[in-house]
Amino acid sequence: MAHAQSSEFNNPVIRWIDHRLPVFTMLQKEYGTYPTPRNFNYLWNFGALAMVVLVTMIVSGVVLAMNYTPHVDHAFTSVERIMRDVNFGWLIRYIHMNGASMFFIVVYIHIARGLYYGSYKRPRELLWMLGVVILLLMMATAFMGYVLPWGQMSFWGATVITNLFSAIPVVGDAIVTWLWGGFSVDNPTLNRFFSLHYLLPFVIAAVVFLHIAALHVPGSNNPLGIEPQTPQDTIPFHPYYTVKDTFGMGVFLIVFAAFVFYAPNYLGHPDNYIPANPLVTPAHIVPEWYFLPFYAILRAITFDITIPFTGIVLIEAKFGGVLAMFGAIAVLFALPWLDTSPVRSARFRPLFRWFTLLLLVDFVVLGWVGGNPAEQPYVAIGQIATAWYFAHFLIVLPLLGKLERPLPLPKSISEAVLGKGAPTGAAMKKA
Amino acid sequence: MADTTHPEKLEGEGETRRDFLYLATGAVAAVGVASLAWPFIDSLNPAADTLALASIEVDLSALAVGQSITVTWRGKPVFIRHQTPEEIEAARAVNAAELRDPQTYEERTVKPDYLVMVGVCTHLGCIPLGQKATDQKGEFGGWFCPCHGSHYDTAGRIRKGPAPRNLELPPYEFIEETRIRIG
Repeated sequence: MAHAQSSEFNNPVIRWIDHRLPVFTMLQKEYGTYPTPRNFNYLWNFGALAMVVLVTMIVSGVVLAMNYTPHVDHAFTSVERIMRDVNFGWLIRYIHMNGASMFFIVVYIHIARGLYYGSYKRPRELLWMLGVVILLLMMATAFMGYVLPWGQMSFWGATVITNLFSAIPVVGDAIVTWLWGGFSVDNPTLNRFFSLHYLLPFVIAAVVFLHIAALHVPGSNNPLGIEPQTPQDTIPFHPYYTVKDTFGMGVFLIVFAAFVFYAPNYLGHPDNYIPANPLVTPAHIVPEWYFLPFYAILRAITFDITIPFTGIVLIEAKFGGVLAMFGAIAVLFALPWLDTSPVRSARFRPLFRWFTLLLLVDFVVLGWVGGNPAEQPYVAIGQIATAWYFAHFLIVLPLLGKLERPLPLPKSISEAVLGKGAPTGAAMKKA
Repeated sequence: MADTTHPEKLEGEGETRRDFLYLATGAVAAVGVASLAWPFIDSLNPAADTLALASIEVDLSALAVGQSITVTWRGKPVFIRHQTPEEIEAARAVNAAELRDPQTYEERTVKPDYLVMVGVCTHLGCIPLGQKATDQKGEFGGWFCPCHGSHYDTAGRIRKGPAPRNLELPPYEFIEETRIRIG
């Protein structure tokens, strides 16, 4: 490890700490002078927003945990006590509840940015895969968190999703019993979900640290998808993007506050205000909105996969659905290798741009299907949308890379912004 | 390229305007952070249901002369004693000004027949003995704390031992002849 250089900090206390543990030098490097492409658009705000939401969820969650009781006999009433008796309990609960939705909105837009601008391509493949890991951890955390209030949807959503694992051949039932800690979703399940729900956000924080570290090695992508060539293509992160991110956070907080104060239960399901009853199944069991596309994919596989002309079933429909649902995330891991084009940004890939926008529409359609009952015509629409989702990744992207004719790339970021007057690498002296 | 983020300070107006803007922004940000933090900090204060238990009523009609009871109030024991005339006499006979924590018997009671005190030793928090007839009552006939040897008299005042103050008096009032509300 290199020894710290003579510090540029004036404050003697900061110098003393930095000499022994160079946190300030590191912060200065990674968030102060970090050369950032000058052409970021507002889609680049969403990573920072995600971090703000993560911190918000941890702070509100820890405070909620001071008053929550993770026991089947007391969970629901402990949440109602928070809403009525704890000072500002209603506010902290609504912040946590709507913060979860905000987290997924922000992260989905963040992922869409990555898809559109090719941020997953070399040398940022690991950065992308760490991001998919974060998405998986978020989904697990949100799923377990939703069980904690122990409402009807909490209980039945937990029952449906944990039951899925019984589809795994041979060991399925043993796995489900192990997950439950019993013979159905009950107190042991609730207790362990609380423990893991408290734990995973800190695991997410650790993976976020790796995610940002992996980003800072090659540096950030940008809307043009071409690497910065000269120092003129970049600006220091502080103050330009600290200010832009603060502004973006202000806009985000307005949206967040609108939900928390004016429509706190809009994104939720009223059935979750009914205490859990293991003997009464709600008419429509639906997960929270951010899981709906994956729920649609799960329910789309209504047929067994058999060897034709024999009666042999290779994969039952239930297991097929589970594989498809997890497969929908697994393809994301493989994306850097499925997309064969050497061009990053959709700005210069006319066909890819349309297909990507079509994928986003497909994702919304899947979400709509997931929110509806498993009847026609929703089933058929869901199956088409599922097929298209996989076709996009497994067929369209590999082919596009070979067949598409990209538009000519600009020589540099500065040139694209400034036109012919842009400095080139040879002419500029560093100031 | 010149670093435009930290220009050399100009004398006079340019410098003070920027300083003012920094100060004003910092002040607004501080107010913002404080108003954001307050609900979270306040949520740790006692909740409404805890505050509702802050007040209890006790019926003293069955309490005989010379008898003591202990009730729980805000999680602490409260000693209620129906004083005998000898105990009242002994308490009034003391010169309050010479005590470690000067208080007269009248200052420590609402009605002279009843003594209502928080049963927690003011030294380090043990519960003093003296409520039961068989308990040690110390050298002054009141209460005795076995932990470090604090002696309290018949008015619950500290007379000997390490405790700094008399047994604490909870706020209470008589809502009927023989019924009190504590807290």
